[in-house]
Amino acid sequence: MPKIDGAKLAEIYTIMLRCRSFEERAIAEYRKGLPGFIHSAVGQEVMPATFCSFLRDDDYILTTHRGHADITAKGARFDKMMAELFAKKTGYCKGKGGSMHIAAVDRNIIGATGVVADGVPIASGVALGCKMQNIDRVTVCFLGDGATCAGAFHEGMGFAAIWDLPVIFACTNNFYQQSTPIRDYTKLTDLTDRAKAYGIPAVSVDGNDPEALAPAASEAIERARSGKGPTFVVGSSYRFYGHHMGDPGTDYRTKEEVEEWRQKDPIVRFRDKLIKTRVLTEAKANELQDAIDKELDEAVKYAIESPEPELEEALTDIYYEAGQN
Amino acid sequence: MRELTYREAIREALRQEMKRDEKVFLLGEEIAEYGGAYKVTKGLVEEFGRERVRNTPLAEAAIAGASLGSALVGMRPVAEFMYVDFTPIAMDQIFNQIAKLRYMTGGMVTVPLVIRTQGGGGVAAGPHHSQSWEALFTHVPGLIVVMPATPYDAKGLMKASIRENNPVIYIEHKGLYNQSGEVPEDDYLVPLGKAEVKREGSDITVISWSRSVVRALKAAETLEKEGISLEVVDLRTLRPLDEGLILDSVLKTSRAMVVHEACRTSGYGAEVAATIAEKAFDYLDAPVQRVAAYDAPVPFNPNLENYVLPNEDRIIEAAKELLGK
Repeated sequence: MPKIDGAKLAEIYTIMLRCRSFEERAIAEYRKGLPGFIHSAVGQEVMPATFCSFLRDDDYILTTHRGHADITAKGARFDKMMAELFAKKTGYCKGKGGSMHIAAVDRNIIGATGVVADGVPIASGVALGCKMQNIDRVTVCFLGDGATCAGAFHEGMGFAAIWDLPVIFACTNNFYQQSTPIRDYTKLTDLTDRAKAYGIPAVSVDGNDPEALAPAASEAIERARSGKGPTFVVGSSYRFYGHHMGDPGTDYRTKEEVEEWRQKDPIVRFRDKLIKTRVLTEAKANELQDAIDKELDEAVKYAIESPEPELEEALTDIYYEAGQN
Repeated sequence: MRELTYREAIREALRQEMKRDEKVFLLGEEIAEYGGAYKVTKGLVEEFGRERVRNTPLAEAAIAGASLGSALVGMRPVAEFMYVDFTPIAMDQIFNQIAKLRYMTGGMVTVPLVIRTQGGGGVAAGPHHSQSWEALFTHVPGLIVVMPATPYDAKGLMKASIRENNPVIYIEHKGLYNQSGEVPEDDYLVPLGKAEVKREGSDITVISWSRSVVRALKAAETLEKEGISLEVVDLRTLRPLDEGLILDSVLKTSRAMVVHEACRTSGYGAEVAATIAEKAFDYLDAPVQRVAAYDAPVPFNPNLENYVLPNEDRIIEAAKELLGK
């Protein structure tokens, strides 16, 4: 089992900061007038940062419409992500996917789905393909609590269970399926019961506390890697903004509730803790933020200066054609 | 030359491709020792083992999703869907993920997979086990849709479909499994996207696919005695449509008719008819006819079923009408 020492915690913090910074910057640019939707992950950085800090470069992740933090944590580049949000041809998906569908195959970010829960059976398939070919890679499927009602979630988890697949289902429970509170969509008070239905191990943790989450995340990854099958990890967290940037998020949540969670901002809390325990200095933390901000400035510049795709590109990449990669 | 049944021809294709390429594997319900509901895969698990002839839980969405996931990391799955009537359970994975992932990622991923299923009526299997839904699949960019009518084509098209680096929906017909025909033993392919004239004629171009080809050929024999000459075109691949061959035939005959077992409204015959009307209008002496199932679920009672489906009599009647007789 990997050590969860100061260096590891600093690594997780850095990733969290990258996730938060990208997302806030994306929102700022979006508000200036970008097309489509942004489903922001602000407030939910700890889960992806922690999981990805224990993954190897060649492990796989699948993500969702709320995927920017997941893919940032897995090492996607700011510039190609930003260019995709700007719908430019230099974006990861050549401007054809957009915010909800960013994939980066060179980082083994193998897909993002705009249809909730679709990633679950696909992730099981990725894990199956690795197992059948003796490829030593695990797959992390990021999903939200809302996905756990969908048929595909159940079907996909069932496959992972019966075939002992090397996949981890990392579920961020932010207590809302879009605008529907959890008490209105399930009788369960503990989402890990969903895994009991499939006979696989499950654990419920504070998904906003890297030190609580890290052992669970790394254990689940080790279990998958050693051939012992899937795990369902449920990390509680909270979405600071609305479902997407057009939704204030307070028609169905009280302002008090949102404020209460903002007061417990995991980035602020963790930064303070790491400075207090001397894992980080304040200067170092500021330096990190400055470097990230600079990288983001360059990414936005790249996105702005990149060209739009030609109209004909709307009709390419539908099928693989002989001679392509 | 030796003869094989349609069923045996498909099985031989699967066996040859699985021997040729270790990445090819089968998954689906009851395909191992049971050999599949229509016994197409019988014997294969004994030869290739339970990893590569893999029984799945009863979960169509996951069969589709897991096929996709495994294809993304180097496997070449051939997934069996027991009845085309069950494919809607997987439609989200097929339409939204399998068909689109290459496009949405700007060409970053390749999806080499085959979904084999079977449809059609004529065996009193009732409304949930007799349908023809190829039109639904032809509507989605990113899919290739194949429907063999003969054992020869079944083997060659299956081999071509497995080697194709795009998702192929390969739809068999339950009423054809026991039909025999000449099938070479060797490693031959029938190219995707190419129709074939199954019977040359001069009066009417009859475009058809799957079991309706057999019905059209029988009608052609009957009509020959009355001095009416049908040219029967077997599409073999529905999407992409072999417009060239169809239009060449219509140029020759000046009259066209589409025969398919799917319901008339929004059946694939509408697409074929519209294409002919657009591109061969000046050559037509009559409107394009469609002989199809009445717009009803397929009833259980055999007489009612025969009435609903486009039987030989209706083809003959339509041909005479086209010729003003």
